[in-house]
Formats: sequence, structure tokens, C-alpha cells
Amino acid sequence: MNEYSLTNLRELEAEAIHIIREVAAEFENPVMLYSIGKDSSVMVRLAEKAFYPGKVPFPLMHIDSKWKFKEMIDFREQYANDKGWDLIVHHNKEGFESGVGPFTHGSKVHTDIMKTQALLEGLNIHKFDAAFGGARRDEEKSRAKERIFSFRDKFHQWDPKNQRPELWNIYNSRVQKGESIRVFPISNWTELDIWQYIRLENIPIVPLYYAKERPVVDMDGSLILVDDERMPKELRDKAEMRMVRFRTLGCYPLTGAVESNATTIEEIVEEMMTVTVSERTTRVIDFDQEASMEQKKREGYF
Amino acid sequence: MTTKKLNIQEFLDQDQKKDLLRLLTAGSVDDGKSTLIGRLMADSKMLYEDQLEALHRDSKRVGHAGEDIDYALLLDGLKAEREQGITIDVAYRYFSTAKRKFIIADTPGHEQYTRNMITGGSTANLAIILIDARYGVITQTKRHTYLANLLGIKHVVVAINKMDLVEFSEERFEEIRSTYKAFVTQLDIPDVTFIPLSALKGDNVVETSDRMPWYHGPSLLDFLENVHVSSDRNFTDLRYPVQYVLRPDIKFRGFSTSVASGIIKKGDEVMVLPSMKKSKVEKIVTYDKELDYAFPPQSVTVTLEDEIDISRGDMLVHPDNLPRVERQFEAMLVWMDENDMNLSTQFYIKHANNNTKARIDEIKYKVDVNTLEKSNIEKFKLNEIGRVVITTTKPLFFDPYKKNKQTGSFILIDPVTHNTCAVGMIIDHLGSENLPSRITDVDKEKIALGKSLIKTEERVQQLNQKGETIWITGLHGSGKNELAFSLEKKLFENGATAVLIDGSSVRSGLNRELDFSPADRAENLRRVAHICKLLNDQGIIAIASFISRNESLRSQVAEIIGEDRFHMFYMDATLDYCKNNKPELYELIEQGKTSNLPGVDLEYEVPTNAKLSFDPVKNEENLDAILDYLAQNKIYPNH
Repeated sequence: MNEYSLTNLRELEAEAIHIIREVAAEFENPVMLYSIGKDSSVMVRLAEKAFYPGKVPFPLMHIDSKWKFKEMIDFREQYANDKGWDLIVHHNKEGFESGVGPFTHGSKVHTDIMKTQALLEGLNIHKFDAAFGGARRDEEKSRAKERIFSFRDKFHQWDPKNQRPELWNIYNSRVQKGESIRVFPISNWTELDIWQYIRLENIPIVPLYYAKERPVVDMDGSLILVDDERMPKELRDKAEMRMVRFRTLGCYPLTGAVESNATTIEEIVEEMMTVTVSERTTRVIDFDQEASMEQKKREGYF
Repeated sequence: MTTKKLNIQEFLDQDQKKDLLRLLTAGSVDDGKSTLIGRLMADSKMLYEDQLEALHRDSKRVGHAGEDIDYALLLDGLKAEREQGITIDVAYRYFSTAKRKFIIADTPGHEQYTRNMITGGSTANLAIILIDARYGVITQTKRHTYLANLLGIKHVVVAINKMDLVEFSEERFEEIRSTYKAFVTQLDIPDVTFIPLSALKGDNVVETSDRMPWYHGPSLLDFLENVHVSSDRNFTDLRYPVQYVLRPDIKFRGFSTSVASGIIKKGDEVMVLPSMKKSKVEKIVTYDKELDYAFPPQSVTVTLEDEIDISRGDMLVHPDNLPRVERQFEAMLVWMDENDMNLSTQFYIKHANNNTKARIDEIKYKVDVNTLEKSNIEKFKLNEIGRVVITTTKPLFFDPYKKNKQTGSFILIDPVTHNTCAVGMIIDHLGSENLPSRITDVDKEKIALGKSLIKTEERVQQLNQKGETIWITGLHGSGKNELAFSLEKKLFENGATAVLIDGSSVRSGLNRELDFSPADRAENLRRVAHICKLLNDQGIIAIASFISRNESLRSQVAEIIGEDRFHMFYMDATLDYCKNNKPELYELIEQGKTSNLPGVDLEYEVPTNAKLSFDPVKNEENLDAILDYLAQNKIYPNH
């Protein structure tokens, strides 16, 4: 490598910063969706870099399904506070009040009402014309085909057959009123890139990613954490303490833990390289139906 | 697995330093393209176990590979595509080896997916062109190669696949290689490598195969890991297209972007386009630290020593190395929209962080992507490619795409649907000497269509004259106007209806925004020609006295007015005569206070097709000669 070449991480970083600035320059009312997960944490750091020494010129929004791990919410509060972020937290009030949850309604209904509908509601209320998401193309097959600037009609739907051509680093930001763009600045990052970057940049992440003795219940092969009393008692009674960690974070009843002894980033990566079970498998929602992520994306879920 | 023995710290430190190679694969399922990529990913140990498991399950149900694992299923993401057994869109794949990280833009091969391939290839350093060893170089091979060339991809790997089906024949390989070479020499791809392989069986994909001992080159993966691409970027010409103006407080004014090309250094003198103001780079700011210099594709923020008004779309450059600053250029355009091109549309154009409007003035030709033949065409349909002339509402700062991908590329956006309807690669700026290009085919049609209820013969009858144009060309100061004004007076006295137009009469009003650059000179003449045409259509004689410095301009004028109504006369004066006759401008240019004067710093082409040539000192004789000409040709008097 000569003096004018970048490492792969710095090249990905430069690409992401370019994308984030482009959105700030071309949209009236962008928002960064913040899921509290590791990918979001990386994306937020990239946004801070993009506008340094200024502040990030748009808010963060967390769609709270009300079933997130407690540790995630604690982390969110602490983090937004420390950083002085403009943070919007939105949840589907109607769904929450009528008690929608994965134990009672199943993962499909819960995801639809408390995540997808809540997200659409949040975007509509604030009239955001662009929303950043931390999705990566290597996560899942249908994501591999999605554009970095992903056009959504006024119902927030993605039409995989009718995507705008996207060339070089020239992004088409034109939308009519009501339409919007989902923007994925870390599209080209892999799971390993994310961990590398977190390590390189010392980015704080939710402790659930690290292994610890935690009370879990084996539900159809998924190790589900007993995070609160809403888990039915008959399940809670089966809980046992196991050394586990989480590869992805979401709603606790829908996110399986993996058994692990990894307590540092290095150990996590080592485990990843050797155990090699791809990360979305621990998300129960993908198993609902064939090509289910594509279906959800068409409906407006990320 | 060997990774267990790895020292993880070492691994991470090493991994983080790898560089990135972006590559394009094009081909259809039949070529085994998906199989090849699947194999690359699987064999480079980056396939996750559960993906492999799902693969075994899916292969049995919908696989097309019989008993073998169908690697293609790994890649075809969307449901509809999986059912049709074809990759429709561009899909991005990621894998990594001990030496490098790779991003593959995986695109379909059929002609109806040309736009997908163009999309996927726009960021690629390298293209893999797949050839089925049984069929050799086919139409599709040529098309893919042409597109890779069009996109300026400098490295092409010709992967001659399915060697197992031709008994690993060296002869067959050589035959294909020489056919391809003969074809590729017409193009401009500096690095072409041929690798015989079998994606299905794994020969020469990751490991070199012992079934082709005659082949001494690297395996595909080995080649991909080692090919040198970092010098492909342009580090010479500084182009810093401001993307975002950062003003967190009154004290800080930063200009952020990803460096498009060249190196920007602290202390550099830079010029801002379009204002041409100069300043020095004060600081190069990043979140991590201040830098002494920045290079592409780094995303940084620059502050300047002086307070200059700079907005998004402006460009910082070195004052001794400027891009083109023009409103017109020629480009290779790829039509990406389901709707056909409409030449009367005013598109949005996005180029180097600049947004403005653009019109397609003219289609020079269409290229048949299969045969590379050029043809004339009225408009482009989906996937069609050709050379066009584009005019933008405000000037763009650009370089030819071949020299600079970042400042040579643009997209056109449909003003109604907002779809990205076309993408372009700037070929070169349109040489001003070849103007005026603003006479479009549409204009020509309109010229042909100007219809009035009064017939031309009726006008001739009533006015006793033919509405035609007397065009006098010659250097500044050659005496054109003396002749033109005397002619106007004489015709008036004789009872004819004539109108005189000269530079000062149009430039003082109608064309007052135009300057004396070659482009504006051309535009000036275009408008004058249209005035003459209007006058002539009404039966009125037009006397036009203009330098009109070259054949191309004059023939465009003739075309607008109508060849048979256009009568050109040449005032044949020496430069010394002109300088003596009207010294002011010539003095200014000698003092360096002006430029673009034909005969001095712009070429003046002596017309070879003038009806008459005049000696300026003989004004009376010239006048008689031109009146004789008018009479002989029944322009005036007609009866």
C-alpha cells in the first residue's frame, strides 16, 4: 500500500460519511433510526464524524416496541444523555395499550404492530423525508439487492423490481411530497467490519453483546432471556443460568442468545470466525416464512 | 478449522489493514456465474454454516445443479428471481481472504439487463467476463466487454469457464483467447487476463488445477488477491467538489466533501469555482485529527485562510489545473428508464454535488452494444447507449470520464417521475469550434414546419423581391459594414424592403447577455440566423454583416436560413488593413486586455464558397457588383 491508499475500513468509513452528508445536504427533514444495536452505534459514530466539529444536524429516533431488553433502554438513555443527542422515542400507543406482545400475539403480529406500524407512524408524525437505517447488505439475501438510497412510496413500501439505478457515488434524492428515502450508509460493511470498527474506535455497545451468566429459557431451540415478568410463568420456571451472549439485539422474546464465553471484542470475533453461525439466525422473525425479510421490507420494515 | 489456532489480536490487526477490491461479474446463469461466485465465497471459508445448511435444503427443492450443491442459490436473493432461476437485479456480495476484502457487484447478463450491469459496474475496479468454453466468444461476451470499457474499468479477467466440458483443452482455450484479443484491441482496456477454469468442479478458482498442466498462470482468487488497483485513481488533478458547508458557529466555516481526485494539502493555494477567487488551505479537519493532506476517497473538511462565499456544488481546484467550466458537453449516455427518451424534456442533472437542469440537444449516434456499430436514432429506449450533446442551465465543472470518473459522470433525473432515467460519462467538452450545437434536430424539424397562409410566390409578387439573405463575412475592421450600410441605403432608394442586422444592433439588445467566447459567438449567430429566417419568411431581404469566422458556423447559419436563400459574400481584407481601419480592438488584444478575436487568437477560415469576394478599398464597385448579383438572381428587382 502506498501513502495514498486507505485500508478497507477507512474506505468504508469515507463512503458512509459521504452518504450521511449527502442526506443532510439534500433533504429537508432527515432522521437517523437508532436501534441501540451495534450497527446503529457504528452509524451514529459515523454521523458524528461527518459533521465534526459541528453537531449532527438531525435527530435520532428509536422505535420502542416496548419489548426491548431492559439493558438496551438503560444504555439508550445513558448514551443520548452523555452525547447530548436529540433523541425521539416512539412507540405504537394503540398497540401497547391493547397489550400486543410476542407471547400473546406471536412474533408476526407483534413485529407488524409494534415495529413496522410503529415505525411508519413515527415517520409520518414527524414528516421525515429521509430515514437512515443501519442495515447491511451481507445480513440477508434481499438486503443484498437494496440500494443505498432506497426509495419508498407514500405507504413506505419498497418495490424490489422498481428500484432506481444507483451509480458511482451520485445519489438521487428527489422525492414527491409524502414519499421518502431510506438510506443505508453502512450497506457495504460486513459483520466483521462492524466489530473491527467498534474495536478500533472504542465505540460503546450494550453489554448484552458480551457473555455473562444470564437466566435463559430454551424455547424451540432459541435461548430466550428472562428479562421481565411478562414472560409467562410456566416458561420462567424453566429458566436456568447459562453463560450466554447476544449476537443481535431486538425484542427480548424474539432474540435468541448463544452460549458463549466471549467477554471481549477479540473473543467475540474469534468466536464468530470459528463458530460461524450467521447472525440473523438468532432473530426469530426470519423464520416466519420463506423470504420473510423481503416481505417485511416490501411492507415498510427495514 | 485453522482459524482456531489463530492469534486473534494478530488476525484483527492484519485484517484491518487489508485493502478493498470492488469487482463486477456479469453473465447469465448458463455461464455458471453464480456458481463461480458461490464457489469463491464458499471456498474462501466465509460461508456461514447455517447458510450452507439452508443451501442443502433449498438445492433439493428448486436447485438446477442435480446432485451437486447449487451455489447459485446462495446468491439469487429475491423470491421472484429464485423462482425464475435468474438473477434480475444487482446484488452485492462480500468476502474476504487473508490478503484482501472483496465486494462483488453481481449482475445479470441478458441484454435487457444492460442497465443493471451498468449500475453494478460503476464502482468496480475490475470485471470478470465469463465465457462458456463450449460456445467461445459470443455476442454477450462482446456486450459485457464493451460495457466494462464504457465504464472505464481498467482490469478485465476473462474467465473461460466449463473447461471440464471441453476436456480441459489447451487448444480450445487458445482459440477463445485469440478471438477475444482480436475483439478487445478495438477498445481501451489496459489489463486483460485469461484464466481457464471450471466453477462447478473448482478448477483454477481458488487452487490451481492439475487437470490443466499447460496453464501456468494464477488461479482466479490468486489473481484477484494480487492485482494492483490502487494506482487507478486520479491523484493528479485536484477536484474538491464541496458537498456540505459546515458552520457550527460563527468562528468555524468548513467545506466538507469526499476528495474526488488529486491531493489537497495544508497551505495549498486553491481557486474556487465558479467565482475564481483564490485562497489557501488553512486546515484539513477530521474527527480523528487534523491532516496535512487528503486524497481520494477520503471524506474531510477544509477551512480556508480567507472568507470566501462558497456553497454546495462549488469546487476547489489548484489554480494551474482547472477542469472544464462549460454549459455544454458531449457524453456517452445510457438510457435507464422504462419510458423512452423525450428530447423536449428538461431533466434534472446531478454532477459532482451540483444540481441543475439539462437538455439533450442532439443525439450524435446510438451504439449497438452487440456489434459496436453506430447508427442514427431519434430517441433512446431502455438500455440503449449512445453519444449525445447536453446543455445545462448553469456551467458544470467537469473532466472527461476517462481522465476522471468522479467529475466525468452524471445522472439525469426525470422531472416528473423523479426516476434516474439516464446516466452519462462525459467524453470531452464540445469543442467551441464545432458549435453551434444548439441547433438540434428538433429545431430543424421546426424550421421545416414554419408555415404561413400567405404563399411565398404571393409575397414575391407583391414586394417585387425574394426574401433572401445577403450575408457578408470578413475580419473585424475589414469593411463589411461600409458595404452593408451602403447596400441597405441603395436598396431603400430603389424601392426594395430590406433590413440590416449587424453585431452592434443585436448585441446591444437581443443578445446582450452573450460575450465573445467561441460558444457565445456561435449562439449569437444562431439567433441572427433565426432573425434572418423570420424576415425572409415574410418576404423581406436581410442584410447581415458578421465576422462568422468558420465554415462550420456559416454552414449552420445557412442551414437555419435555408441553403437556397443564403447568399454569402466575403470581404477580403488583409489583417493590416483591418488593424489600420479599426484599430481599437486590435490594440486591446495586443495589450492583453481582451481575447477571442478572429484573425488574431481565434482562427478565421476564409470561405471557399462565397458568391463574390470584395476588395474593401473599392466600395462603389463592390456595391454595383452586389446589386448586379441581386438582379441576376431575381432577388431584387424580381420583375
